[in-house]
Amino acid sequence: MAQAHAAAADKYYIPHSSPWPIIGSASLFVLMFGVIAYLNEWLPLWVMLPGFALLIFMFVGWFSTVIGESQKGMYNLSVDRSFRMGMIWFIFSEVMFFAAFFGALFYARSLAVPWLGGEGTKIFTHALNWPSFENAWPTNGPANVGPRADGSFEIIPAFGLPAINTLILLTSGVTVTIAHHALRAGHRVMLNTFLFLTVALGFLFVYLQGVEYHHAYTELGLKLSTGIYGSTFFMLTGFHGFHVTLGAIMLLVIWFRTMRGHMTPERHFAFEATAWYWHFVDVVWLGLFIFVYWV
Amino acid sequence: MLSARKIQVILAALFAAGLAPLASAAWGDLNMPVGVTELSREIYYLHQLILWVCVVIAIAVFSVMIYSIVKFRKSQGAVPDTKMLHSTRVEIVWTVVPVLILVAMAIPAARGLMNIEDSRNVEMNVKVTGYQWKWQYEYMESGVSFFSNLDSASNAARQLQSGVDPNSVPNYLLSVDRPLVIPVGTKVRLLLTAQDVIHSWWVPDFGMKKDAIPGFMNEMWIRVDEDKPGVYRGQCAELCGRDHGFMPIVVEVKSKADFATWLAAQQAADQPPAEIAPAIVDAEQVATPNSVTTPTAG
Amino acid sequence: MATTQAHTAADHDHHDHKPHGIGRWLYATNHKDIGTMYLVFACIMFFVGGTMALIIRAELFQPGLQFVDPAFFNSMTTMHALVMIFGAVMPAWTGLANWMIPMQVGAPDMALPRLNNFSFWILPFAFTLLLATLFVPGGAPAGGWTMYPPLVLQTGDAFPFLIFAIHLMGASSILGAINVVVTVMNMRAPGVGLLNMPLFVWTWLITAYLLIATMPVLAGAVTMLLTDHFFGTTFFAASGGGDPVMFQHIFWFFGHPEVYILILPAFGIISEIIPAFSRKPLFGYGAMVYASASIAFLSFIVWAHHMFTVGMPLAGQLFFMLSTMLIAIPTGVKVFNWTATMWRGSLTFEAPMLFALSFLFLFTIGGFSGLMLAIVPADFQYQDSYFVVAHFHYVLVPGAVFAIMAAVYFWLPKWTGNMYNTALAKWHFWLSTIGVNILFFPQHFLGLAGMPRRIPDYATQFTDWNMVSSVGAFIFGFSQLMFPYIIWKCVKGGEKIGNRAWEGARGLEWELPSPAPYHSWEEAPSRELIARGAQH
Ligand code: HEA
Ligand code: HEA
Ligand code: CUA
Ligand SMILES: [Cu+2]
Repeated sequence: MAQAHAAAADKYYIPHSSPWPIIGSASLFVLMFGVIAYLNEWLPLWVMLPGFALLIFMFVGWFSTVIGESQKGMYNLSVDRSFRMGMIWFIFSEVMFFAAFFGALFYARSLAVPWLGGEGTKIFTHALNWPSFENAWPTNGPANVGPRADGSFEIIPAFGLPAINTLILLTSGVTVTIAHHALRAGHRVMLNTFLFLTVALGFLFVYLQGVEYHHAYTELGLKLSTGIYGSTFFMLTGFHGFHVTLGAIMLLVIWFRTMRGHMTPERHFAFEATAWYWHFVDVVWLGLFIFVYWV
Repeated sequence: MLSARKIQVILAALFAAGLAPLASAAWGDLNMPVGVTELSREIYYLHQLILWVCVVIAIAVFSVMIYSIVKFRKSQGAVPDTKMLHSTRVEIVWTVVPVLILVAMAIPAARGLMNIEDSRNVEMNVKVTGYQWKWQYEYMESGVSFFSNLDSASNAARQLQSGVDPNSVPNYLLSVDRPLVIPVGTKVRLLLTAQDVIHSWWVPDFGMKKDAIPGFMNEMWIRVDEDKPGVYRGQCAELCGRDHGFMPIVVEVKSKADFATWLAAQQAADQPPAEIAPAIVDAEQVATPNSVTTPTAG
Repeated sequence: MATTQAHTAADHDHHDHKPHGIGRWLYATNHKDIGTMYLVFACIMFFVGGTMALIIRAELFQPGLQFVDPAFFNSMTTMHALVMIFGAVMPAWTGLANWMIPMQVGAPDMALPRLNNFSFWILPFAFTLLLATLFVPGGAPAGGWTMYPPLVLQTGDAFPFLIFAIHLMGASSILGAINVVVTVMNMRAPGVGLLNMPLFVWTWLITAYLLIATMPVLAGAVTMLLTDHFFGTTFFAASGGGDPVMFQHIFWFFGHPEVYILILPAFGIISEIIPAFSRKPLFGYGAMVYASASIAFLSFIVWAHHMFTVGMPLAGQLFFMLSTMLIAIPTGVKVFNWTATMWRGSLTFEAPMLFALSFLFLFTIGGFSGLMLAIVPADFQYQDSYFVVAHFHYVLVPGAVFAIMAAVYFWLPKWTGNMYNTALAKWHFWLSTIGVNILFFPQHFLGLAGMPRRIPDYATQFTDWNMVSSVGAFIFGFSQLMFPYIIWKCVKGGEKIGNRAWEGARGLEWELPSPAPYHSWEEAPSRELIARGAQH
């Protein structure tokens, strides 16, 4: 049915009005106010729930509207192109968000920690402020900031769970590509199978990441508060894990849609956008594996 | 309705009235101080150079603009030359000429900077620690150490609606209970750090300011001219909270002999043991790890 | 939503019905309605931020503390800057982009209309959070708009408000910028080529890239502040191996491009207005495009010129000095091209042109003081003094803000179909130009004489120039009340104008009727129209 109408959409579709954006803004406000009230210890944690629920409601509503319009064939190729460009630049902005944290990691490793250890131009920093500190990585700083009384901590070796996780994500990148080819070739069963595999691998990654965090928190003395190593480690892997979760949910939605027969070999922006997002999450992980876990 | 011309005349008069104080103020009050150190003079001359380069370029550019505004008015019958679209030649000229001017500015600037960063042959070290809202000075070699607070007269006058006229307080907001004392003609290195938040140590007459950052140690050096003993004043120059405006810096520069007397008197007076003295090393030597201060940030 | 579904592709004809009532604004998807909301919001925030500035100037009229507590003064400084930058100037640019870009590139609307609504409506909520801090325990943020740790971590309950307000503003800017990029890249009518689109579109396109690249970095920076404050991370504390200066690097990696975000669209506006009132095409169109792109590129590698006093290694100081000085070259190219556009033109001096000329002179002055600040040894004296305050207000107020006013006076007749009261507009111009100079020129002297910025009280030798500056502030500030008044009157009525409000105006927007129809180019403009409007 989608194809039948597509020809009619010779004009660039402009929605006449929509309640979703303002519901979205309001939900962000309520959610953030909830978080603020919690952080300021004004109210307990559950105050973020209403905002969160409203946000989910908004996403469901907004995307349902868009999917409905798309299925009715209201979007011509130009609209499709707008969506694609929009998604690409959105992903680019996400890349820059991660860049801030990678920047912090590189700055700490190659400037701040060496300076505190007396290298470069800051010998007095070391001599007068932190005479017993040595430049090394990983570190939780000259004051050995961390949960254990003696300030020690252990790190997660790269070639354990993280390497397995790398394999999982790389494989999921392959499966989503196979699904894409299947979609373009019209092999719906293969599409559904490989898409499902991708979703499963995504959630498996998140699960293993959870196992790793649990291990770090309960046994290694490695927490968010374990000096600069803990800070950069958890912020980078944490935001990444959050993005994987989002990506996996997106893939799941796409899977439900392909199961219902959405997406055609020619027109499947939603699928592609999600796949791009997935690849982005994948590439970020490679950066993490190399710079956070390995070298 | 007033005519545009009349409006212009009235407003021009207003403008002139606004700028009247310019005429009465001496040039010295409007410009950067020349200062009392070799570096401050170098910086002053660099400032003069770039200022005048900018003024000259401004006069040139503004003249062309004003000429166009006066000459090419439609009301004067000017006819637009719509064929004048671009010219690679002039584009090149007005790219290359500024490049040359910038190079001419960058050379003395880079030279001055190297001079400033050259901390060889330091003769004396003072550790300066910023606190909310006071400074601590520790003479590394002699162990003399004290805090320097806003003086009480300024402090009384600066309270909200204190009723005290600031003009009646000598050196309002620029005086302290205990100034930093240094000798003339001596290369004094300041080692700057802070206890709580970032502060910045600035005495305009010395030409320099540098941030005092908690957990880190910055350096800067001063050598006041032999013939310029005196009292020099400055202020904290990095927003550091509520009383950022009220942590002045006063430096008393004494002749070498007077300084020696002063220092001896300080050491004789009840001073805490000189625990920081051994920590100091020259920039060329690498710091020894057995020095004694405790970490300052926690 | 009901309306959304009622309209399918087939019954796309009854376009001209506008939605009515409050829903028209809450659910808006029309670029003009959204543009209007942005502009109104910006205007309100300009007065809010300006009122804070007047509190600052009132306290600084004399030495001694007359009106406010020092902590509140610091809050005013901080909030003034945040409100002006994120609440007034940036939304004003987005509002103008919304109104003009579709009209200038021959598009029916912005590419992603619902997203457009989202970008706008985030803003009032973000500023509700920010301004609410004036009433929370511990007072509004007072650590400066630059939010340096460790000081900013001392903020009271306002702290998370500040962080999340910044997150929301950032989200709004990023989404708005994506919309601009997509509109320009995808919605140009056939025949509107990249190299013949108006410069306002060009500079906004470049601005949008800057926004997409830097706002997420700011979001990252404030997120690290948040976790340092609440979750025990030590990004910015030496004890854990971090560094307070690291924040400054990340912040200015955003912050410096940010100042070009504020000024690049202004360059675009001036490049539209000067040719229109010189009755002559812009001189050196291609050079202007390349200069804008160079400025944007350079803006990413100069950030540490805000940090010359933090004790960077010598090589770093030299690098950032030289790269900063380079920006004078493309900016000079722009100034020279504008001047060449007036050369052998046929000039008239209506309000938009007056503001543009004022921009030309005063922005250049601000640029020169910027260049002086770039010279490291001299910056050791200038840094954190009123010389810096003078510099950036020259580029921001007679720079960015005057360009916004010029743009509004230029296009207001197109928006409303009416001509405004031109005599009043000229009064507004003269009072503004004179007021702004009395306000900010003396601050150069104060800075050179040694007055630090961000202080509520000062030594008595600074009294005279502070008084002059404060008088200027009140002249300037109260003259601005004329602006909304003139606009309001114009919206209500006035002399009707034709399609082309100004004799020399060229461009697709002037081919549309005045007031512009609710939907801009439902049918793409013909090639003749495009050729007639082309800049060169
Ligand atoms: C719209 C905003 C805007 C713009 C356009 C600029 C433009 C420039 N700025 Fe400015 N700046 C700010 C906003 C802006 N700035 C703000 C807000 C701050 C303070 C932030 C804070 O601390 O709170 C600041 C601070 C600031 C500093 C830090 C000062 C300090 O804290 O110590 C420096 C230092 O290098 C600097 C430099 C420059 C330079 C070199 C330019 C150049 O782009 C200027 C180029 C223009 C010209 C030079 C004039 C025209 C050129 C010619 C006519 C050609 C011929 C000229 C020559 C060859 C000389 N700026
Ligand atoms: C686009 C940005 C922008 C704009 C437009 C302005 C506009 C103005 N700014 Fe400011 N300013 C900054 C950006 C800007 N500023 C920044 C970034 C800082 C640095 C902050 C920091 O240090 O962290 C700063 C800091 C700053 C200081 C230094 C504070 C300090 O260091 O302690 C001062 C002091 O004079 C000042 C003054 C002014 C004035 C008088 C105006 C005038 O142009 C304002 C004009 C006034 C009005 C438009 C208001 C009119 C109002 C009325 C007439 C009342 C009517 C009332 C109602 C209708 C309710 N600003
Ligand atoms: Cu200490 Cu400002
Ligand atoms: Cu800058």
